[in-house]
Amino acid sequence: MIYWELFLAFFIPGILGYGGGPASIPLVEYEVVAKYQWMTVEEFSEVLALGNALPGPIATKMAGYIGYEVGGVFGAVVGVFATVAPSLILMIALLGLLYKFKDSPKVKNMTALVRPTIAILLGVLTYRFLESSYVGAGIWHTLFLIIASFLLLEKWKVHPAFVIVGGLGYGAIFLSF
Amino acid sequence: MKTHINLFIAFFRSGILGFGGGPSAIPLVHKEVVTTFKWMNDDEFSDVLALGNTLPGPINTKMAGYIGYHVAGVLGMINAVLSSIVPSILMMIVLLTTLTTFKDQPWVVGMTRGVIPIVVVMMAVLTWDFFKKSNQGLGWKISVTLLLVSFLLIELVHIHPGIVIALLLAYALLKPNKQKNEEIERQKGTN
Repeated sequence: MIYWELFLAFFIPGILGYGGGPASIPLVEYEVVAKYQWMTVEEFSEVLALGNALPGPIATKMAGYIGYEVGGVFGAVVGVFATVAPSLILMIALLGLLYKFKDSPKVKNMTALVRPTIAILLGVLTYRFLESSYVGAGIWHTLFLIIASFLLLEKWKVHPAFVIVGGLGYGAIFLSF
Repeated sequence: MKTHINLFIAFFRSGILGFGGGPSAIPLVHKEVVTTFKWMNDDEFSDVLALGNTLPGPINTKMAGYIGYHVAGVLGMINAVLSSIVPSILMMIVLLTTLTTFKDQPWVVGMTRGVIPIVVVMMAVLTWDFFKKSNQGLGWKISVTLLLVSFLLIELVHIHPGIVIALLLAYALLKPNKQKNEEIERQKGTN
């Protein structure tokens, strides 16, 4: 039962996430936090933070770790399989058909039309993280960390792994109350 | 065997050096597949990338799987996919389970608090990215309308986001292609 739920939780975001792994983040969050309640928003944001600090595709890192948390090694295998296999099998099976459509405006329309919805989902998720940070760390630490990490990441182009390690260190020292 | 070792090297390297999710690792995959191991030329690679984009799901594993299949059949596919994802999944599990073992320690609680605002920034940047691209792709009127409608449906009416996306995809597939028809009309006119 748990494995079937794990399969569904990662199959749905995998099959609907147009625009690569990052587009499926809010869809995964919906299944994992809102629907099956395997994790809280804070735990999920921690998974995202470390996922961003480590290399490799983000969707499979989330599926692997969450699958492992929920159902052990086999859970990890199910989560990753549900993320990767459906679209890969489609790609290999439908190769000839896809070739005809790869320059079709319809395909471009599909990607373009779902973008606003993904943007909303990402925006809502961002807001929920902000809320949980406000509750956990308080307004001043939250503001300071947001401004500092925005400058580091976007203005000075510091590697995200260093910024996240910095945030972990800052939190261990100043936020362990 | 040599081919399989090369597949492993190519996808291990591009997986372990790519930060920021699958799409940002595509140039690294390109370098391995086209420049280093010459399994494909530039055109073939961009064809595979375009094909991958016609389907949903993570792009990196679709690329790895297809290229692995192209080079060495089903075993090649499995090898390439696993090489690109397993190392980072293992690191993730080791790191996070270590952290959760100490989750009652105040400094670990602090670490989580310290990292959430950074995730806020990363997610906000990603949101802004999608918002900008959706304005470019659809024009701001349609884009903002769709934004509001999705917000209403998902957050206020509580419809599963998957259903909203599935409906949009179905609409894009079934909608008659206006531009093409206009072109045909124009060609008829000139004939």
